Amino acid sequence: MEGAEFKVPIGPQHPALKEPLSLRMTLEGEVIKDAEIRLGYNHRGIEKLAEQKTFIQNIYLMERICGICSHSHTTCFVQGVEKLMGIEPARRGLFLRTLVAELERVHSHLLWMGVVGHEAGFDTFFMYTWRDREVVMDILEIISGNRVHYAINTFGGVRRDIDELQRQKILGLLDQLKKRTEYYFNIGVTEPTFVARIAGVGKLPQEKAIALCAVGPTLRASDVPRDVRKDDPYAVYEEIPFEVCTANTCDVLGRFVVRVKELYQSYQIIEYLLKNLPPGPVNVRAPRRVKEGEVVSRYEAPRGENIHYIKSNGTDKPERVKVRAPTLGNYPATVEMLKNGFVADIPLIFASIDPCICCAERLIELVDAKNGKSQIVQASVLRALGKETLRSKSISPAQAKEIWQQAFRNKGIKQWL
Amino acid sequence: MAVIKPIFYLFIYPGFLFLFLYSTFCEWVDRKFYARLQNRIGPLYTGPAGLLQPIADFVKLLTKEDIVPEKADKAMFSALPVFAVAIVCTAGMYLPTWHYSLDKISFNSFPGDLILVVYLLSLPTLIFFLAGWSSTNLFSTIGGVRVLTMLFGYEIPLLLAVLSPAILADSWRLAEIAYFYQTHPLLIFVNLIGFVIALVALQAKLERVPFDIPHAETEIVGGTFTEYSGKKLAFFRLLSDLEMVVGAGLIATVFLGGFPGGILGSFVLFILKTLFVILLLSVIRTACGRLRIDQMVHFSWHYLAPLAVVQLAIVIVIKGFWL
Repeated sequence: MEGAEFKVPIGPQHPALKEPLSLRMTLEGEVIKDAEIRLGYNHRGIEKLAEQKTFIQNIYLMERICGICSHSHTTCFVQGVEKLMGIEPARRGLFLRTLVAELERVHSHLLWMGVVGHEAGFDTFFMYTWRDREVVMDILEIISGNRVHYAINTFGGVRRDIDELQRQKILGLLDQLKKRTEYYFNIGVTEPTFVARIAGVGKLPQEKAIALCAVGPTLRASDVPRDVRKDDPYAVYEEIPFEVCTANTCDVLGRFVVRVKELYQSYQIIEYLLKNLPPGPVNVRAPRRVKEGEVVSRYEAPRGENIHYIKSNGTDKPERVKVRAPTLGNYPATVEMLKNGFVADIPLIFASIDPCICCAERLIELVDAKNGKSQIVQASVLRALGKETLRSKSISPAQAKEIWQQAFRNKGIKQWL
Repeated sequence: MAVIKPIFYLFIYPGFLFLFLYSTFCEWVDRKFYARLQNRIGPLYTGPAGLLQPIADFVKLLTKEDIVPEKADKAMFSALPVFAVAIVCTAGMYLPTWHYSLDKISFNSFPGDLILVVYLLSLPTLIFFLAGWSSTNLFSTIGGVRVLTMLFGYEIPLLLAVLSPAILADSWRLAEIAYFYQTHPLLIFVNLIGFVIALVALQAKLERVPFDIPHAETEIVGGTFTEYSGKKLAFFRLLSDLEMVVGAGLIATVFLGGFPGGILGSFVLFILKTLFVILLLSVIRTACGRLRIDQMVHFSWHYLAPLAVVQLAIVIVIKGFWL
């Protein structure tokens, strides 16, 4: 197969991808010559939906952008809106908000370690990390009552307080997590088959990482100490002692090391927060209407920098909300990492940015099946096109409704009828 | 009696019935042990402690829709699974269990049957390649090419590893090799390196972690078997179980002294010794991640093959000076 180029489609449906995305690889033998990423398989219209809901409702909508870093999106949104409202959140509330944020980071990084283990065919590692991830899920359940969507943020602070008993219990569970993390770190950097798969794979040199605007652990593994928590501190990060973790190997192993180091830092931060928890109320009253203006809010999510842009027109609903999830920032770097890698490394390299595809989907690209041309179409144009089609087939809107209702009935879908 | 014995040999023990039931049992042992090592429960519901799960899986696959790709070579695509199962069953017949006598050459035990078994066990690899190739699926093709690439890695170390005990025993007949180590049990330890090499090579032959490269799920979907479904997939799955049993049986015969003691004695010893080998294979599977194809070939030629040669040299030296 020397010299012969051929294309391999990875996705939109592929066992290595837990969400739909299309990677088109141009291969020469087993070596990747070029890669192309196609998005738009999982668009949910969340930004548009946000314009129709009130600010309070939007907190819970933002939570549903992601199933792993749900707290990141709400905090990012809430911080922005609080700035627009001009209110100062309660201090104890900020501590609890940060506590949940760091626990979420722990949960996300443990999950990521398992995924990388699985992509490298090391299922034992996967099973072990996910078992211990249950511990941090339990902690989150102790605090918020929920395992994934904590629903703890509100304007002016958080919605729930923790008591002394919960505090002691969390500290106890934290010790357990620390011991396990030590063990995983040893496995990750000593198990020969695993190290052979992740060392030197998916190289992203420092200058490329900066030029391609990589974010989060992907950027820090290329030896760029950039972290929103340090560079532009929000909540109570200014007073918390912690370090920005970096690695200089610029490969998947480096990203592994950065994440393990961040786990240690997170444990430290959580302990600090629990030991210095100030007394007082957990939230302050916030107005329903938000003053006119616009704001950009930054937040260091487990995957990297999360950016929300919020524009208010003085009512209780936002005029525009724009979300830049960290995964989107890492796509250009991923293409660079994939080039000149092996086919066998595709899942590992792609997993190394910790992709959350549904977070990053912001538009649908319409591709003409006949000539492959793509275009971006406004919703109103699309609607007009639909009406036009119906008219050309001389079907009345009432008939059209009958047709799709029949179709849903045939498939047994009741909830849309 | 003269008729019943071969029929019993062919169909009951160690023939089809035993091989089928025992291979499903071994799959259960492997799955359960692997699961326990990973802090999981493993099969639980079908039969006592999930014992019947592999058989249930097999039957379920038999009832599933069987799809042959339009562009595939249909005759070959359909015939390959059956051929592969037949070949491995044949290889199983040559393991010296009870239906042979040492001083008489018979159809199932003759000088050189060691080579025949190794040859028969390498045929499924070729069939995997053909299966991948005739599917015409891109992922299958990549899987098929990887199967062949891997074959060049492990086949020679495996052959060298099983040859060294044969040289020490001065015979290429499985029954005689086993008999030699039954009478000189201490000499088993001479072949320790060879035993480890054979284990690793068998793991590669069975395409299990860390050598599950040809059907690496996260890379190339189902690899060789991407297009296989229903009955044909059921047969391929049965094949890998059978191959595991026969491969473990070969290692147990050559390195662990075989299975003496008539029908009952050989039955008990066969199960004990093959289970020992299979448990070791499960441990390897638990403790490793998947290698890349180039790393696998590199590993075979830089470590396995030279070690096999070292083993051969040790055997020759010992044979020359002490025996």
